[in-house]
Amino acid sequence: MQELQSLTEQALALVEEAADLAALDQVRVEYLGKKGPITELLKGLGKLSAEERPAAGAKINEAKQQVQDAINVRREAMEKAAIEEKLAKETIDVTLPGRGEHQGSMHPITRTLRRIEEIFQRLGFSVEQGPEVEGDYYNFEALNIPAHHPARAMHDTFYIDPSTVLRTHTSSVQIRTMEKTNPPLRIICPGRVYRCDSDVTHSPMFHQVEGLVVDEGVSFAHLKGCIDQFLKAFFEADVPVRFRPSYFPFTEPSAEADIQCTNCGGEGCRVCSGTGWLEILGCGMVHPNVLASCDIDSEKYSGFAFGLGVERMAMLRYGVNDLRLFFDNDLRFLKQF
Amino acid sequence: MKFSNAWLREWVNPDLTAQQLADQITMAGLEVDAVEPVAGNFSGVVVGEIVACEQHPDADKLRVCKVKGHPEGEMQVVCGAPNARVGIKIPFALVGAALPGDFKIKKAKLRGVESFGMLCAQTELELGTDNDGIWELPADAPTGTDLREYLLLDDSAIEVDLTPNRSDCLGVAGIAREVGVLNRCAVTEPAIDPVVATIDDSFPVSLMAEDACPRYVGRVIRNIDITAVTPLWMQERLRRSGLRSIDPVVDVTNYVLLELGQPMHAFDLAKLSGGIRVRMAEQDEKLTLLDEQEVQLKADTLLIADEKGPLAIAGIMGGLDSSVTENTKDIFLESAFFSPLAIAGKARSYGLHTDSSHRFERGVDYRLQEKAIERATKLLLDIVGGEPGPVHLREVAEAMPAECRITLRRARVKTGLGIDLADSEIVEILTRLGLEKLSASEEGWSFLVPSFRFDISIEADLLEELARVYGYNRIPSVSFNAALDVVPRAEAAVAQSRLEQTLLARGYQEAITFSFIDRDTAARFDPEVDPVALQNPISAELSVMRSTLMAGLVKALQYNLNRQQDRLRLFETGLRFVPGQSLAELKQERMIAGLIYGTRHPEGWAGSKDLVDFFDIKADVEALLAHYDAGAEFSFAPAKHPALHPGQCAQVLRKGVAVGYIGALHPQLQQAYDLPKSAYVFELSLDGLGQAVIPSFSPLSKFPEVRRDLAVLADAQTPVGELAQAAVEAAGEFLTDFNIFDVYQGKGIDFNRKSVAMGLTFQHPSRTLNDEEINAAVEAVVRQLEQKYNASLR
Repeated sequence: MQELQSLTEQALALVEEAADLAALDQVRVEYLGKKGPITELLKGLGKLSAEERPAAGAKINEAKQQVQDAINVRREAMEKAAIEEKLAKETIDVTLPGRGEHQGSMHPITRTLRRIEEIFQRLGFSVEQGPEVEGDYYNFEALNIPAHHPARAMHDTFYIDPSTVLRTHTSSVQIRTMEKTNPPLRIICPGRVYRCDSDVTHSPMFHQVEGLVVDEGVSFAHLKGCIDQFLKAFFEADVPVRFRPSYFPFTEPSAEADIQCTNCGGEGCRVCSGTGWLEILGCGMVHPNVLASCDIDSEKYSGFAFGLGVERMAMLRYGVNDLRLFFDNDLRFLKQF
Repeated sequence: MKFSNAWLREWVNPDLTAQQLADQITMAGLEVDAVEPVAGNFSGVVVGEIVACEQHPDADKLRVCKVKGHPEGEMQVVCGAPNARVGIKIPFALVGAALPGDFKIKKAKLRGVESFGMLCAQTELELGTDNDGIWELPADAPTGTDLREYLLLDDSAIEVDLTPNRSDCLGVAGIAREVGVLNRCAVTEPAIDPVVATIDDSFPVSLMAEDACPRYVGRVIRNIDITAVTPLWMQERLRRSGLRSIDPVVDVTNYVLLELGQPMHAFDLAKLSGGIRVRMAEQDEKLTLLDEQEVQLKADTLLIADEKGPLAIAGIMGGLDSSVTENTKDIFLESAFFSPLAIAGKARSYGLHTDSSHRFERGVDYRLQEKAIERATKLLLDIVGGEPGPVHLREVAEAMPAECRITLRRARVKTGLGIDLADSEIVEILTRLGLEKLSASEEGWSFLVPSFRFDISIEADLLEELARVYGYNRIPSVSFNAALDVVPRAEAAVAQSRLEQTLLARGYQEAITFSFIDRDTAARFDPEVDPVALQNPISAELSVMRSTLMAGLVKALQYNLNRQQDRLRLFETGLRFVPGQSLAELKQERMIAGLIYGTRHPEGWAGSKDLVDFFDIKADVEALLAHYDAGAEFSFAPAKHPALHPGQCAQVLRKGVAVGYIGALHPQLQQAYDLPKSAYVFELSLDGLGQAVIPSFSPLSKFPEVRRDLAVLADAQTPVGELAQAAVEAAGEFLTDFNIFDVYQGKGIDFNRKSVAMGLTFQHPSRTLNDEEINAAVEAVVRQLEQKYNASLR
């Protein structure tokens, strides 16, 4: 058994020394293989007496197991190291940006329009659209603005021919909708409108959202409620809103709604020209003549309408300070939204 | 409308500051644009009197004056004004005075002569526009009085931006009425008594256009002294209202216009022949106006004429030849009512806008004429003297505006405004506004509308008046009740926002470009279309309506390239305008258009530098079409488009009908816009794309699928799309997937041919397909391609 002892020690030493899996396997084959010395010792058991045999056999097997265990432990360690080495080699720089297309974004005007639409759609308003090259009748006549009415001077109108214009407001869609749909009505009409005016604060093309409610028993107090709630929802703030008498031929009474300046909180600043208030939309109760021109009985039905400038809302909401930026389509601008 | 606060206060004087008053009337619908001081900010200036005036010993242009007015006596002042002379009264800034612009007056030495103070011009005090010399004050100005006190300069000018319906407030009287109503206080108008005629002279007037001018009041005044000077108080009121003093006659008519709102005109009686004829112009008659321009009159224009011809455009501007001049002795005063319809739009059609036309267009009180002429006569006689003739009124009663009576139902106040107003309050508000209560009943009241309110004709107008005076902000804000009907929502409808989101996810930015473009651009993109043109464009750059959205996107591309942005993906939605034979046939079509340019991938560590090509934008279009019933309905066919590369352009078809284009921008356009690389564009008709198909489930097969790959050689010109379609048709009912995975042309094959490799996947829903079945299908495909396209198996 002296031999077994030294064989085991030799094998264990070789396991320890093995540099790689091949060397380790070499040890296994050499010592534990069929022709290995330890296995050979097992073969030699036959020479021993029956009494000695079990103990000697057990010792040999024990030694064999000891070597095998050492090999296993060593192999696992080697395999683990190999995997770790492989993983280490596969390490990437996760801080690099992702590959592929960047996400684009909506134009701030569209973004604002969608927001306005969403707020009103929750109130059961539907979205209506109409033509931009519009007949004089829909843009003016049916809205109680006959030819040469001084209010026409308020609209710097682009003409295509004497009876065709680029719509100066989306109020024309009111008429088209009332002509084809019976009350009750709750609609908003977003879209492009045109006025023959161009300077720092006027663009010849801009966007408007016209709103219209026609139902039984609609009063000025309802108009105020609707506008007040809308403006608070849009600005996500409890902004003070005030109403001033104004004049639009297609509403009576007419009002201008102002919000407290979002820039200075009513103190007076450059944005609100020192007044503390910002003119935000025009509105009023639908004029009986307008209802009449759409064959709606103004004794039974009443309604309110409002029109708001989308550019103005977008400027206030996102802090844009120059109207012209909206139509330059400068990527550096568009990507900010 | 601009007026002096102090002037208004003579009419009505509530206990409010000028700013409070401005806020109050703003909230009542008379929007105040500005409240401004009527003079520059100065102090220490008194009325001075020059008592001696000598040449400066060492300066030609300077004079050495002795001036009274300083509490300590005469002061020596060196002055450069040419009009400095003994005896005149002038504004005298004492040593220690502060002039506008924080300019302090100190003791000074001018060319060796000491000077104690300064004599001022109007402009130096911001009290007018005259800077020809020192300001000569009236001879009766009390020497030594502080100038601010003397001129009552502690006043403000209030400028109101009136809406077109409120012509009744285009005079101090009207504003005063409003202020009286809002504060429930008395309004006192100045006494206007008829001026007794001292002569019998009159001048005949005939009304020949009765509807346009149903009322005309005239008066002759003889022997006036036109050299008289308008009193300072009147000059100041005019100035504070934004008008310049011209001569006493014009000043008085302007004064009455500002005070009462009645535009008037004075003719030189000596230059009139026969009689006044208020008539429509004859086409192309000529008249030289006060501003010295000769106009060619149109037949729709109302004229004041005499026997010889036109004298004035009624209600708009007088003529030069009949105007009052420095030689005028006798005048004929006109105070008329011209119908708004007759005047509206006319001034504009001659490129004019006057204080008179502004008022007549909107409506002048049709009962005001006699009062105005009496007021003017009195003011005139006080200044220029003269002998007034009797007031002559010509009126065509039938042509006068009809008196308007309105019934106001009590219940409507509540239902229309949502407030409860006491009967007494309703009646008080309306009465103070000048309406006359004619009767009252269970239901409500009947009111007579005053002749100065052209904007009140129906019940709703009265509701507005009540709401205005009550205060819009006192009306409650109430949520409205409405039936919660379920609104139908078509699942097959493709919302525009879904297409937009698709493009955004593919890296596009949304653009909004003008709907109008310049004619050259329009012609470049769509030469066969004569675009819809504006009659009054703002500039040639924005003069015709776009017939394609591509033009705007290409311009936006150019704009960005000029700003070092060299990779773009833009899209826009909006109308295009395709003209028909007539305007009635104009098509306004909702479009979605896109443009890509530059590298395929955003610049980055991982991206290639490859440039975009046709198939990149085609994939974007396919992604859009995928929202619709894409596979079944859409196809791409080679096509020509004037703006697109002839070899890289496809028409997008839905069920064979063109719904848009896709392609490379034409190299000529690319060059015209200085684009270094190719741009690719698409444009689709949103309405043409139709609807989605609502999905219909088909069971999943449990049996294996089999794929066969096939490569064929076909003529190089054969469109792969057609080849693919033929293959799919021939492959039979069990084909479940088909794709083209390679197209090759070049080395190794005939240069007239190309190799097309396709993958065919077969599967049966309820059993395993056997080899014979699949082979037969593949053979059918090969045969079909051979017969139809002369294709051979590679």
